[in-house]
Amino acid sequence: MEMFDLSLIWALIIGFGIMMYVLMDGFDLGLGILFPFAPDEDARDVMMNSVAPVWDGNETWLVLGGAGLLAAFPLVYSVFLPALYIGVFLMLAGLVFRGVAFELRFKSRRDRRNRRMWNRAFSWGSAIAAFAQGAVVGKYIQGFETQNGVFVGGAFDWLTPFSILTGIGIMIGYALLGTTWLILKSEGYIQAWAYKLTPPLLVAVLVIFAIISIWTPLVNPLVWDRWFGIIGIIWILPALTLLCMFVVYWSVKRRRELMPFMATLGMFLFTYLGLVVSKWPMIVPPDYTIWDAASAPESQLFLLIGVLFVLPFVLGYTFWSYWVFRGKVRVGEGYH
Amino acid sequence: MELDPLLLSRLQFAFVVSFHAIFPVFTIGLASYIAVLHALFYKTANPAWDRLAQLWTKVFAVAFGMGVVSGIVMSFQFGTNWSNFSQSTANFMGPLLSYEVVTAFFLEAAFLGVLLFGRGRVPQGVHLFAAIMVAIGTFISTFWILSANSWMHTPAGVEVINGVFRVTSWTEAIFNPSFPYRLAHMAMASFITGGFVVAGVSAWYLLIGRDVEANRKALSMCLWMLLVLTPTQALVGDFHGLNTLEYQPTKLAAMEGNWETREGAPFLLFAWPDQAAQQNRFEIGIPYAASLILTHELHGEVPGILEAPPEEQPPVALVFWTFRLMVGLGFLMIAVSLVGLYLRRGGRIYHSRRFLQTLRLMSVTPFIAVLAGWITTESGRAPWLVYGMMTHAEGVTPSLTGGMALFTLLGYVAVYGVIFYAGTYYLTRVIRYGMQQKEEEKLVDDFETPKRPWSATSTPFDDDPTKAEG
Repeated sequence: MEMFDLSLIWALIIGFGIMMYVLMDGFDLGLGILFPFAPDEDARDVMMNSVAPVWDGNETWLVLGGAGLLAAFPLVYSVFLPALYIGVFLMLAGLVFRGVAFELRFKSRRDRRNRRMWNRAFSWGSAIAAFAQGAVVGKYIQGFETQNGVFVGGAFDWLTPFSILTGIGIMIGYALLGTTWLILKSEGYIQAWAYKLTPPLLVAVLVIFAIISIWTPLVNPLVWDRWFGIIGIIWILPALTLLCMFVVYWSVKRRRELMPFMATLGMFLFTYLGLVVSKWPMIVPPDYTIWDAASAPESQLFLLIGVLFVLPFVLGYTFWSYWVFRGKVRVGEGYH
Repeated sequence: MELDPLLLSRLQFAFVVSFHAIFPVFTIGLASYIAVLHALFYKTANPAWDRLAQLWTKVFAVAFGMGVVSGIVMSFQFGTNWSNFSQSTANFMGPLLSYEVVTAFFLEAAFLGVLLFGRGRVPQGVHLFAAIMVAIGTFISTFWILSANSWMHTPAGVEVINGVFRVTSWTEAIFNPSFPYRLAHMAMASFITGGFVVAGVSAWYLLIGRDVEANRKALSMCLWMLLVLTPTQALVGDFHGLNTLEYQPTKLAAMEGNWETREGAPFLLFAWPDQAAQQNRFEIGIPYAASLILTHELHGEVPGILEAPPEEQPPVALVFWTFRLMVGLGFLMIAVSLVGLYLRRGGRIYHSRRFLQTLRLMSVTPFIAVLAGWITTESGRAPWLVYGMMTHAEGVTPSLTGGMALFTLLGYVAVYGVIFYAGTYYLTRVIRYGMQQKEEEKLVDDFETPKRPWSATSTPFDDDPTKAEG
């Protein structure tokens, strides 16, 4: 069993799962955030239709990540969840409402009050879930107060100015993913609306990205050492992020359809990698590494077999469903 | 009053699990029923089977969707409210719960879509195959969950090192002593639940004269199944009880309301257990019956609750009464099944309005019985979270305050209240407008519509589909 570093393999699997989740659920949460500002009800139909076939596949990554964490890194599970107690509740409540709204909004045909109610459930659910996820990232950067592997802080420790900023940052970032996705999936006045909204969101993301980049090393000595110490090479990641931002701007100007979305995904990817590299191998900062947090090797191995068997199927299914539902979504199409 | 985070966490978990449990209990049985309907249609080509399969697949889709939504919340509760438990038992619980998730994903990815949306698009044999696989899949999920749950009742195959459980034998841990009984009891409960719901709905359709041919078939089929299963379930429950006697004698004593270990113990029909006084205030029982049931001897020894010190006793009255509720409903179900057999002569099961009305009402009883049985077994374990090894107090999240636990408890009650209302309201609509010629003509979705469970139903949420022009 010593031949492989199982904890490292699991860190990669879970890291990959979280990345898939952020990239894929990000744009559909973003659409929820944009929902109240949509030009009209037809546009909302198109927005929802564009993600209806895939959103729950996207959320399965969250569940897979959660279950995988319990099995492979129980310390993360037992520190993060109590520390983020209220935030986790808000996120789950948000996701539940949003999930049901997906189903029932389409089935509310005549009664406009019903439809408005599900619209609201969808947008509030998405916004709260996104904010809570951003706050988790902020808390992760700041670290957790633990003693002997047990969280000892208070109920609202996670709600700091810094985590509020990261929460809002993720909300705006997801909204940007939402507009660029909509550029890809829509046409006509809806697409024009998405084009118009993208640059201001991009500027907002840039501003928050800059503030967080300055703030992070200040609240976190490890990150400071890493950024300004020997491994200066990691500056390439923020550089690539900025490049992606530029590509978003440029491709929106040229009215490209696929490129803005791809570049926004790239933005998220490089920011995520930057975060991982800055913290590596800390998984429960500031005290515990992935090896400290690991479950017993026999447990990691027992589940690894099943996950390696299923992962190709889940990935295949994911690609297949995006492929089947490729192309534009038009007003009056989709499902009623 | 000081808010107790431990009590509130237990209430919260009980609430969320109860809410969640009613959906899988129903869908597991229903999945098999749908597979049988597909098989019958495949074999006989009688379109009545197909019409039934269509209706019940829709119902399955909605109930399945509700189960998934509530299940996601549950998986996070282990961490939020029971972090010490999660951390200590993760070596075993983590992989098992993950395997459940992984199985569910795998099946959803591979077969659920084909079952829900494959009608007329894939060959009939493939559709049947998908239905069978979904049914099998629900059992694999049940396997993992019940193994994890049983292990908490009768832990095996583990050792504790520095407060952390490590698995010494996966087979011993997974196939722990109470697992086979619990799995069998639960699986049968699922079939019985599905059976009574289908029978109740079919009875209602017969009462209003909708699709008489198909619903007579469904009703007759269900009643035959229930006739076999309800008494068998009593037998399985008895075996499960003997297993509990061996491994969790205190729980069994609480179920019997028996305080002192004694020979020739009566089976108490009614009693008022008084935990403070450590005795029953009042009791009426059948002499020697408990000894006879449990030891198969008139003078067999039955353990008493007093064998455990007061701080290690479960809430006796709760366990005692929920157990009686479950058993009582069980006997009621057997009785209804027997009446069904009696009324078969002359086809009276299709015509006796009183019997059909009774069946309608009976469709909720299995849910109540399952919840009561679940409370019996889970409360009976108190104060142990992992029997004999870890108490509730040791497992709860140390940083949790009463205020936080209360906030989320009320929050979940509110969230689930809304969802449950919307979900059951919608489910009753699907049934109310189901089995009508008109609806089947409205082929709504083409191949490029979303493949979500609920998309399998085209019944609208608010307007009347019989009046909608499509």
